[in-house]
Amino acid sequence: MNPVNYLYLAALLFTIGAAGVLIRKNAIVLFMCVELMLNACNLAFVAFSRMHGNLDGQIIAFFTMVVAAAEVVVGLAIIVSLFRTRHSASVDDASLMKL
Amino acid sequence: MENLIGLLIAAPLLGAVVLLLGGRRLDKAGHWLGTLFAAASFGIGVVLFADLLGRGAEDRTLYEKLYTWIPVEGFQADVAFQLDQLSMTFVLLITGVGTLIHIYSIGYMEHDERRRRFFGYLNLFLAAMLLLVLADNYLLLYVGWEGVGLASYLLIGFWQHKPSAATAAKKAFLVNRVGDMGLSIAIMLLFTTFGTFAFGPVFASVGNATEGKLTAIALMLLLAACGKSAQVPLQSWLGDAMEGPTPVSALIHAATMVTAGVYLIVRSAAVFNGAPDAQLVVTIVGAVTLIFGAIVGCAKDDIKKALAGSTMSQIGYMILAAGLGPVGYVFAIMHLVTHGFFKAGLFLGAGSVMHGMNDEVDMRKYGALRKFMPVTFVTFGLGYLAIIGFPGLSGFFSKDMIIEAAFAKGGTQGWILGGVALLGAGITAFYMTRVMLLTFFGEKRWQPDAAGHEPHPHESPKSMTIPMVILAFGSVFAGAFFEIGERFLKWLEPVTGYEHGNSPVSAMTVTASTMVVLVVGVGIAWSMYGRRPVPVVAPRGSLLTRAARRDLLQDDFNHVVLVRGGEHLTRSLVYVDHSLVDGAVNGTAAAVGGASGRLRKLQNGYARSYAVSMFGGTAILIAATLLMRAV
Repeated sequence: MNPVNYLYLAALLFTIGAAGVLIRKNAIVLFMCVELMLNACNLAFVAFSRMHGNLDGQIIAFFTMVVAAAEVVVGLAIIVSLFRTRHSASVDDASLMKL
Repeated sequence: MENLIGLLIAAPLLGAVVLLLGGRRLDKAGHWLGTLFAAASFGIGVVLFADLLGRGAEDRTLYEKLYTWIPVEGFQADVAFQLDQLSMTFVLLITGVGTLIHIYSIGYMEHDERRRRFFGYLNLFLAAMLLLVLADNYLLLYVGWEGVGLASYLLIGFWQHKPSAATAAKKAFLVNRVGDMGLSIAIMLLFTTFGTFAFGPVFASVGNATEGKLTAIALMLLLAACGKSAQVPLQSWLGDAMEGPTPVSALIHAATMVTAGVYLIVRSAAVFNGAPDAQLVVTIVGAVTLIFGAIVGCAKDDIKKALAGSTMSQIGYMILAAGLGPVGYVFAIMHLVTHGFFKAGLFLGAGSVMHGMNDEVDMRKYGALRKFMPVTFVTFGLGYLAIIGFPGLSGFFSKDMIIEAAFAKGGTQGWILGGVALLGAGITAFYMTRVMLLTFFGEKRWQPDAAGHEPHPHESPKSMTIPMVILAFGSVFAGAFFEIGERFLKWLEPVTGYEHGNSPVSAMTVTASTMVVLVVGVGIAWSMYGRRPVPVVAPRGSLLTRAARRDLLQDDFNHVVLVRGGEHLTRSLVYVDHSLVDGAVNGTAAAVGGASGRLRKLQNGYARSYAVSMFGGTAILIAATLLMRAV
């Protein structure tokens, strides 16, 4: 099996996610972009797993999903409470700790 | 008998404690108590003296060990006393003259409300001075040395309500500190060289030390002697010390404490004998001070300051003799004892004059006092004849011996030192005749003071005149008593050693030339102050006179060289501290601070820019890894 097409797709998704993280201000969108990058990695893992014929990559993909889910739980909770206090989900507004 | 040595010191020490802690209750009896304790010490001294006389010449050293002061392995110091002929001489001088001056002070300080405290300080001084001369090791001697310094400070500043007295006390203390530093360095050197402080072991093992080390120790001891005995270059405090009450000037700044330097040098004879270079320096210091003090004494109008200049000059003689080595040690001590008599007598006479003249000290406002104070006149006059070396009186014998010993040094040095000593005798005759003429002869020159009180010169009470009479006896007969059968020489020789110097000029020639300079000195003084009336306001005078009135510019010299120099040194050190040391520290701090300020700008608070740096870093890492693989 030739993984090249899958890897192209993964790279494309990762780039979209990275660009989104760098460009957008909205925390929710930022989150979605992070998820996009994680899933691009997952795609690459699974593709390589299939190519090598073993399950290592797929197991790693599961781990990634679990970590991503945990991250979303914590992250969304922070974003919601931020929005409640500031009425804005922009990451630039949350600059209280900056000197 | 040994047990009595401690009591010698204990008596005046107990007196000081009782008088100083006793409080007002003792105001009425304090002066009698103080005198009693001093007299008790003198009594014990006489008993011990009789005991020493009863022994053979080789057996005249007594020891008493009280306890071990510092019981550390390899660093032993005992509180122990050594009484030999040298310390015995000092004990008798200190307690004898001390007791007389206690008696004198009863009358002199009669109207002072702090008289009890005064006697307490006097007793404290006696105790410290006795400790100094009785200690059997240098560390204990140092305790006494500092003790007399403290007593001197307290007594110079006794009338502390006068700013001049308070300043003089501080000055004496500070100048003495320089000398004391010399003594402490000398003691440290002695310990590192010999491993002990005790006189006996140190002097026994002097032969093991190199001459360089002995010279260093001797020079430091000389510095100490210069401070305590007011020798050039540490002489400046003695003139101002006359701010103290006159009995203090007589006891501490004429008869006893200022001669401690001579004691130190004679006691350390073994060390000095091993360091000829240091001995030469000692003679030079003595000769310079001898002339210095005499010139100052010629120009002062303040009777006590004129006598202070004279004291400085006479101690110069003693230091000069002590520097001559075994030829001169005995004569240094002999002059010290006779000087103790006549100079104490002269000071007490000056005090008696001031007592009768409303504390006026300017001799130009005295004159013709012989009619009003006959006893003071006669006793002062005998002291005067003794100090100028009138034939047969005590100063004649002791000073003559020193001049002869100076010539016996041999070579050019001998001629120079002998010549200086001879010249000093002439100047002594001049300034003492001047004091005598200004005070007791001529017309009366006193006037009513600002408040309109005319002084009524009167003879002092018995308590003051009796000590003066006794001291006058000493001034007249001590020299002859010591000299007949060479008693003093035989007494001291076992301790200090003696060798007869071969003088290039005969003893008769020396005596004859001393007489000549004496007559010349007296003659010049008479033609200047005896023949014509003396102006009440001092004339401007020559350059030398004006310089001598300012103590030959010693304070100006100290101010310009030491004070200003010290200020400049401190200022430049402060500058170095601020610019270099602080500069390095502050510069480092500023550099770190500036760098972090710039680094802080990276932390701009935009999550995105952190992400960019993370992506950038990752990209660079991956690129580097790939590049390494490719290579």
